[in-house]
Amino acid sequence: MSKSIKIRGGLVLLCLILALFSLAPTFTQNLPDWWLNSVDPIHRGLDLQGGMHLVLAVDVDKAVESRVDTLIDQTEAMLREKDTVYKRIERRQGDRLVVIVYDEEAGAQVDSLMAETYPSLEQATLPAVGGFIEKHFRLSDVEIENTRDYAVRQALETMRNRVDEFGVSEPTLQRQSGNRILIQLPGVEDPDRAISLIGKTARLEFKMVVEDANLQDAVAGKLEPGTRLLYEHNVNRSTGAVTENPIVVYDKTALTGDLLADANVRIDTRFNEPYVAIDFNAVGAKRFDQITAANVGKRMAIVLDDTVYSAPVIRERIAGGSAQISGSFTSQEATDLAIVLRAGSLPAPVSIMENRTVGPSLGHDSISKGVKSVIIGGFLVIIAMVIYYQLSGVVAVIALVLNLLFISALLALLGATLTLPGIAGIVLTVGMAVDANVLIFERIREELRLGKAPKLALDVGYSKAFLTIIDANLTTLLAALVLFQFGTGPVKGFAVTLSIGIIASLFTAIFVSRVVFNLFMDSRAVKRLSI
Amino acid sequence: MQIIKPDTKIDFVGKRKIAVIISAVLILVGLASLIVKGGPNYGIDFAGGTLVQVLFEEGTDAASIKDSLSDLELGSMSVQLFGDNDNEFLIRVENSSGELKGLSNDIRDALSAQYGPEQVDIRRVEMVGPQVGKDLRSKGIKAIFYAMLGILVYISWRFEFRFAIGAIIALIHDVTITLGAFSLFGKELDLPIIAAFLAIIGYSLNDTIIVYDRIRENVAKYNKESFSFIVNRSINDTLSRTLLTSGTTLLVVLSLFIFGGGVIHNFAFAMLVGVLIGTYSSIFVASPILIFWEQRKASKLVAQPE
Repeated sequence: MSKSIKIRGGLVLLCLILALFSLAPTFTQNLPDWWLNSVDPIHRGLDLQGGMHLVLAVDVDKAVESRVDTLIDQTEAMLREKDTVYKRIERRQGDRLVVIVYDEEAGAQVDSLMAETYPSLEQATLPAVGGFIEKHFRLSDVEIENTRDYAVRQALETMRNRVDEFGVSEPTLQRQSGNRILIQLPGVEDPDRAISLIGKTARLEFKMVVEDANLQDAVAGKLEPGTRLLYEHNVNRSTGAVTENPIVVYDKTALTGDLLADANVRIDTRFNEPYVAIDFNAVGAKRFDQITAANVGKRMAIVLDDTVYSAPVIRERIAGGSAQISGSFTSQEATDLAIVLRAGSLPAPVSIMENRTVGPSLGHDSISKGVKSVIIGGFLVIIAMVIYYQLSGVVAVIALVLNLLFISALLALLGATLTLPGIAGIVLTVGMAVDANVLIFERIREELRLGKAPKLALDVGYSKAFLTIIDANLTTLLAALVLFQFGTGPVKGFAVTLSIGIIASLFTAIFVSRVVFNLFMDSRAVKRLSI
Repeated sequence: MQIIKPDTKIDFVGKRKIAVIISAVLILVGLASLIVKGGPNYGIDFAGGTLVQVLFEEGTDAASIKDSLSDLELGSMSVQLFGDNDNEFLIRVENSSGELKGLSNDIRDALSAQYGPEQVDIRRVEMVGPQVGKDLRSKGIKAIFYAMLGILVYISWRFEFRFAIGAIIALIHDVTITLGAFSLFGKELDLPIIAAFLAIIGYSLNDTIIVYDRIRENVAKYNKESFSFIVNRSINDTLSRTLLTSGTTLLVVLSLFIFGGGVIHNFAFAMLVGVLIGTYSSIFVASPILIFWEQRKASKLVAQPE
């Protein structure tokens, strides 16, 4: 045996051992730790193992609006403190704060105060109906952009905290272009719960109830300025019927959930019903203390995402900084609420742009069907090759089997994800992998017909077919790479296996099959090639 | 074993006029179907919408499923049997909802109320918002465009520009016919189908290049013969390989089509059509175009002697 064959044969053997080594963890966990630690099993995509793929969009305009709302609160407090007379402050067009004043003097006062406190706001003066003057303050474009960006980052952070508490193994949370967030939760068992847990805004607010409000007028849309109509969500304990009671509250929020230190589920012993106990941090506790002291005998609404959970009467000043949210929860609802409150609220509401959820049973089905079609397809190809090319066909089959092995091993080694379209990519590669061998064999046959000796025909066949094979495969690889660039989820999976498949099949069809031929033919004088 | 005898001399090039007619008919039928149906039948990936795959404990039928969902006012809805048994269905709704409690929740609740909660297993939910659908559509078209551009450059570099034009026309031919077949058979265009189209492009190109490669070789070998003789010769030389490779690829695609399960069914269908058309086009479209090109050049030279 010549030295070159020994080296090449050794190389193939080495690849084979490496492939088997890296594939073993995919099939059995019954291996030494160092082995399991060095290679992961092949990652299965969500479509194969079941799970959830979500793209959420953060409503960044809402974040800008609430930024302006905060500014309004601060401005109100400031103007009152400086004894500046103003008619009204309001938000307009999402990003504009408008102070309406009675005369020039007050206007000048507002201007100078605002310029001093918020130098970054863009200022404009407009006359308003009835002789009033409107002072406009607009967030700068940079600040709007920053607010939006911050909202998405904060939303991502909050969602990550929530997912961590929810307990999913290997979750993926990524910011995508613009205001989108991609979330992948493999193997999640209750997708609906996951969505409501991740996507709930969880904006907790405490608002004082307007006791003397006329509910009929409020429902009809007639509201006093500075008040708002909300609904209290009630579940009848015995019948389970849901009722919605209108309730009018002051627009101004007395206290928000930002000042929470902790939230936990407790059981109310009277009704044996869970509620969420919340503890404020030091600042929150102090405010809560002040508010309850000033409003004894009045009702305070506990509002979560614009739904009133309860509106208890403040019986006495509450100093400890704890409160409870009760609202006929099931124990899971209470648990989830505690989780989202602990993780913090989202800076703005989110909506679902894309949701793909595959149950584990379907994923399992897909794997078994995919594997079945690979095996049947591969088997048919093997039969066709052996019938058509006889012993040389066997060589091609050896190359094909090694090809499949190498593709799987590369998937494991590169940490690529196998999806259902990925399996289709492998099936396709099987079909196309033999093509290289077919090209070579057809060339060899041609050379043999020209009367060349088997060994020479083999050499010429390989070298003549080589460039053709490279050209043909590189163009397919080109298509696969474009696919990879474009790829989202399933399509990417297809592109990955197709690319890996092309590279592996070039190696097996050109290199490995040649080594096998050489191994057989070098040791004996071959008179006739079985092809 | 040999299917094609070594000295086969089928006159493919001579039959190119018939091929033009066949191709034209295939393309026109597909286009007619596309026009009649008002464009491709986009699946939810591209059109947006909601898809729910439900497995029932016992068999039922589409009409009673529709019945139990009628109160939801879901807008345009289709219920299709999925797979071979009568207990698995795909419910597709044109609407999508960005709400956290989406349409799939409503659908599940309605079905559970009708059939009982243990009877209903929601195996798959896909919801694609209209914006994402639009994004994916433009991405898909871009992907096919860039793939073709890359191929054009590569072949121009490796062969000649006219070869590249021939290959691209053959690819457009293949994709158009496959698209037409999808429309004709009422199949939906989804994200994996774009993958299938790119795979078809790759496959058909593979086929075409192998013939081209042989033409390039034979041009040097038979330099006294006419170009159309060389083209015909090259197609014959590679015929055995073309048929065998198409055969093995068809075997696996067929196995995917039959055994791969419902999720992959349309993908396999696209591949099936694509491989057949791709094989045909590399023999009857891509290579004859080179001859048309050659003849046009020759007639130009005659018409405008310089």
